[in-house]
Amino acid sequence: MKGSVSEPAWVRWALIGVALAFLVLNLALPLAAVFAGAFAKGVAAFRTAVDEKDALAAMRLTLLVAGIAVPLNIVFGLAASWAITKFDFRYKSVLISLIDLPLSVSPVVSGLIYVLLFGLQGWLGPWLRAHDIQIVFAVPGIVLATVFVTFPFVARELIPLMQEQGRTDEEAARSLGASGLQTFWHVTLPNIRWGLLYGVLLCNARAMGEFGAVSVVSGHIRGLTNTLPLHIEILYNEYNYVAAFAVASLLAGLALVTLVAKSVLEWRFRDQLAGTGH
Amino acid sequence: MFRQRTIIPGFGLTFGFTVFYLCIIVLIPLSAIFIKTAGLGWDGYVAVALSRRALLAYRLSFGAAAIAAAINSVFGLIVAWVLVRYDFPGKRVVSALVDLPFALPTAVAGIALTALYAPNGWLGELLTPLGIKVAFEPLGVVVALTFIGLPFVVRTVEPVLADLGHDVEEAAASLGAGRRQTFTRVILPAILPSLATGFALAFARGVGEYGSVIFIAGNLPYRSEIAPLLIVQQLEQYNYAGATAIAATMLMASFAVLLAINLLQAWDRKRMAA
Repeated sequence: MKGSVSEPAWVRWALIGVALAFLVLNLALPLAAVFAGAFAKGVAAFRTAVDEKDALAAMRLTLLVAGIAVPLNIVFGLAASWAITKFDFRYKSVLISLIDLPLSVSPVVSGLIYVLLFGLQGWLGPWLRAHDIQIVFAVPGIVLATVFVTFPFVARELIPLMQEQGRTDEEAARSLGASGLQTFWHVTLPNIRWGLLYGVLLCNARAMGEFGAVSVVSGHIRGLTNTLPLHIEILYNEYNYVAAFAVASLLAGLALVTLVAKSVLEWRFRDQLAGTGH
Repeated sequence: MFRQRTIIPGFGLTFGFTVFYLCIIVLIPLSAIFIKTAGLGWDGYVAVALSRRALLAYRLSFGAAAIAAAINSVFGLIVAWVLVRYDFPGKRVVSALVDLPFALPTAVAGIALTALYAPNGWLGELLTPLGIKVAFEPLGVVVALTFIGLPFVVRTVEPVLADLGHDVEEAAASLGAGRRQTFTRVILPAILPSLATGFALAFARGVGEYGSVIFIAGNLPYRSEIAPLLIVQQLEQYNYAGATAIAATMLMASFAVLLAINLLQAWDRKRMAA
């Protein structure tokens, strides 16, 4: 095959075969195993497991935590990307690196830092105790840990996107007399809405699925401080496999919905998303 | 701090909020780890963070993460190549599936992999007669980290491969290079920095990974216990200082990997500019 710019057909098909075999083994089989496990004892057993008091409490808590953490990180992501892309200042790259920092911290350490600050033996522990405020082993700690692990998701989607779009639209709006808020609302937001939605999807998936960080700060009180992922662990450790996989299949369903929505955004609005992958 | 004059408003508000939020959520809490560890003193630190059990746990966490990242570098490159260069039925579904580890909660991945590789699982049934044990063994950690790390390699290599112009390949071909030569001499050098970055990202994620590993690892001390689990165990015994010492060690390792990633990307940009 001297002087060729593509591979012979058999090489192409062999590579496609290897890639597909690896993806089936590594990704599709685990996904199938979740649903197989959930329905191993039939639909009735699945229903019983999902429609149970503690499982429902875990669902409510997971929705509550994501409902607080995701909007907080949206506000942060918008503020950070506005400051970083619309203005020039020194040490900008340091600030961007610091925003990405939570991605390289182990989830367990992400939980531990809040225990060190707000736990009984922590820096603020005695003061919190004197004022009867509980953060660790309660809902506020779970929210904080979730905010930490999902911290960069919206910002890192918006920063490259707004960088590509530049500042001319905003400058034009301003010189035509629009206020700062009007400029943001009528010019910037329509430009970035699909990228924002993309970041929110990823942020939400991680917020609802976080395990390690939340596990450290939760205290595992059934019906009170158990999120869905923690509830799965408890059921699994009690050898209640059908229930564990039934609850897991709900989160797997959420993951599939996220992937479909993400793919639709990528196909339809590729030009309105940031150029970087992931 | 220096900024040019511009008519766009809101710098003070957005910059101030960004720095404030970054400090209270990330920087101040993270600094607690180092301040608490410094309070331990050198001997106290060594006794916990460098005990034999801890050293074996780091070896497993770092070793398994490196093996998994290496596996993902090979197969992730093939997957990225196939997605960028070839057309085949179901390509969009395959492309979406690659991101599954980003979207699937780690605890779900953990119990699913354990069910697959347990002696009575779909894959365990096939492997056990061959004498290969995966679940509840160190090999299980590698399997879990391979699952977690794949999209990091694929999504880092894919855009670089897509941007690679056909003109250089055509030039190589017209100069008489075979396809294999073109790949090893032209394509591979061009994508090597992105492949190394993907490896480092997958490795960094694998070192700290907890949820997907603890179900499949078996968690035997000195054998299949990962470093993050050791932190959790110290916490469960209310040994906050011990947990913090191990966490500080892992944090320093992650920062070193982060620095390596930044240097790799700077090197890549410089090469591209040249």
